[in-house]
Amino acid sequence: MDFDLSDEQRLLQETVAQFIDNECPPARLRELFDDEVGYDPVLWKGLAELGLAGIHLPGEYGGSELEILDLAVVAETLGSLAAPVPYLSHSLASLAISLAGNADQQGRWLPGLASGDALATVALAEEDAGWLPEAWKMAAGETITGTKEIVEFGEHADLFVVGLAGGRFGVVERNASGVEIQRVEGADRTRRIARVNFENTPIEMLNEGGDEVAARVRDVGLVLISADAFGGATKLVEMSVEYAKNREQFGVTIGHFQALKHQLANMAVEIEPTRALYWYAAHALDHVPEESERVAAIAKSHITERYQQVARDATEAHGGIGFTWEGDTQIWFKRAMFDRVFMGTPRVHQNRAAELADW
Amino acid sequence: MDLSYGQETEDYRKEVKTFLTANWPLAGDEAKMPREDGARLFRERAISEGYLCRNIPKQYGGSEQSADALRGQVIREEFGKARAPMEPRGIGTMMLVPTLLDRGEEWQKEKFVGPTIRGEINWCQGYSEPGSGSDLASLMTKGELDGDDWVINGQKIWTSGAQRADYMFCLVRTEPDEKKHAGISYLLIDMKTKGIDVRPLRQMTGSSEFNEVFLNDVRTPKDWIVGKRGEGWLVSRTTLKHERNSIGNAAQSLGLLSGLVSLAKSRKIDGQPAIEDPGVRRELVRIEGYIRAHQYSGFLQTSKGLKDENAGIIAMMNKLNSTNIGHKVAHLAMEILGDDGLGAPLAAGLGTGTAGSSTANWLSQYMGSLGIAIAGGTANVQRNVIAERGLGLPRDMAANRSK
Repeated sequence: MDFDLSDEQRLLQETVAQFIDNECPPARLRELFDDEVGYDPVLWKGLAELGLAGIHLPGEYGGSELEILDLAVVAETLGSLAAPVPYLSHSLASLAISLAGNADQQGRWLPGLASGDALATVALAEEDAGWLPEAWKMAAGETITGTKEIVEFGEHADLFVVGLAGGRFGVVERNASGVEIQRVEGADRTRRIARVNFENTPIEMLNEGGDEVAARVRDVGLVLISADAFGGATKLVEMSVEYAKNREQFGVTIGHFQALKHQLANMAVEIEPTRALYWYAAHALDHVPEESERVAAIAKSHITERYQQVARDATEAHGGIGFTWEGDTQIWFKRAMFDRVFMGTPRVHQNRAAELADW
Repeated sequence: MDLSYGQETEDYRKEVKTFLTANWPLAGDEAKMPREDGARLFRERAISEGYLCRNIPKQYGGSEQSADALRGQVIREEFGKARAPMEPRGIGTMMLVPTLLDRGEEWQKEKFVGPTIRGEINWCQGYSEPGSGSDLASLMTKGELDGDDWVINGQKIWTSGAQRADYMFCLVRTEPDEKKHAGISYLLIDMKTKGIDVRPLRQMTGSSEFNEVFLNDVRTPKDWIVGKRGEGWLVSRTTLKHERNSIGNAAQSLGLLSGLVSLAKSRKIDGQPAIEDPGVRRELVRIEGYIRAHQYSGFLQTSKGLKDENAGIIAMMNKLNSTNIGHKVAHLAMEILGDDGLGAPLAAGLGTGTAGSSTANWLSQYMGSLGIAIAGGTANVQRNVIAERGLGLPRDMAANRSK
């Protein structure tokens, strides 16, 4: 038994952290956060050159053929640094193409997606149907018509992998006719969102892989968000502890006061055990198929709920500064809001987990 | 990442299973023995095969196996499945035996270790006092040498099992002129000695598991001390390198969850099965999230232990995690019980006629989960440990002043 990360996985995390520290230090993160557009193609291209855009993709298209756990440990690091990059949706879009695309489609799109020359995103949620494949209403065909909500970095993507009725996927290129992209002001300014309208837009269906593809894309998404949430919440605990060790009142650092110490201990107790939960959920997607669907649902609902609570506590622990725009905690606070909603709120996945247990 | 135990350990599992099939339950005439005698006979055989008392040297009655956390886990799993007796539970095997093996005199090990691990003698722990709970080192029970004996005066409290114990291991202030921690010695006392008065305390659940123990001129031989005079605090903190049981940490919580699901299936809320209530369903999943995080954190700690690496702050959270889960389970159980949540717990002995029912069991858990939050270091003390040792925050000001 070795339920732990490998040296390679740790190195991968360190490499990513170092790159973000250099290329997107706090001042640059703040700039992008306050920026109107909020997307830095050079930053993303740099990450792609480290191999991050194709961790899970086949080697013949420039990917690294690693496991979901490898994909997830990177999501943890990006989450902990609040990296404003399109890692999540790009990974899911290329995953869908690699699972459901035919050889021609894979050969056409995956090399550019693995190298970072092209950016892809997923267009899943619909206003009255939500995030789950079985609920998507937009009809498949040679063209599509309808609206997708909360499309991550929709303003910047070259390709949209669109979820369609029956849990199927199709690919729309950005310059296809009838595509209208509306910027949506979301709370999380490190992951910009858009509403995408399609009006008789030509779409290329991905027909391979069977019914399992949409479920796999959903579950990988849930696990990557779980990892991001763990990374972000852990960072908030660190920031709060650091603040408590430096801020002085009544002549001592406030970390001396037991009320605050207990609050910080509770925050750590909420989030630290979830490291192993997201690891297990990621590991299960490659190695424990009989459990993976349900554990992914539990991980996503549990860890994003914990992130939300830790973010509220961290804000409080920082006092007045925590409530300002200048303070940094708000950046993670708003990432917690994104993680909670994206691909379905905790309620949605708690209900699924109960259903899957036959309760 | 590898969650399997490996071929060698799985081969070992087969050996353990073969042994159990042949030896438990007892067969023939042996099956007719009284339960305790049968268990003792089985334990002897399990020890001689190296399955029990693995970290105890052979000369003191153990099986002296090299530490192997996975083998230990396999034994617990297979013995559990076969419902076969493990080592006798209790504070003697858990705390006194490792302490004696590490710090005891040769004669002490010979006299006490074997009978304790065979379940022939029972121990109680004389630590807490009325004025010394979380601040244990402030304890006042006094021990003075008089000829060849220590003479002990004072009062211990929350002493579990004192009414059944043959001996007590006890922290006593023998060096009143030394600083707080350095004034304490670790003494052993025969519970039959004159001057010991054990008075059961009735718990809020109605049962009496712990006691007050009054010590009035109680004499114990001069050499019934473990470690040197004034070393008692350090001796009490001795832990041996155990086969760590981190994997098993969440087992009890998983049992509670499955009980809770059964309860929800058998009860109704507003005329519908409770298990169909959306609030109940979501809270069950929420609790399962905490339990799974706790369970997999056990895998992580075991893996770190196998590599001789430090697991970090997570290792300080096990007790608080179990406690928090117990609270959440208690709340949901009460929600499901509805108006029956006003009944008496199982142990209250109030003749409500619900004894033995599932409802009374859950009412006991509702209260008992608080006992777990308090016993062995309250949740607030756990939070101090996590904040100070785990997060590196400053030591408690009051604790610093009282040194």
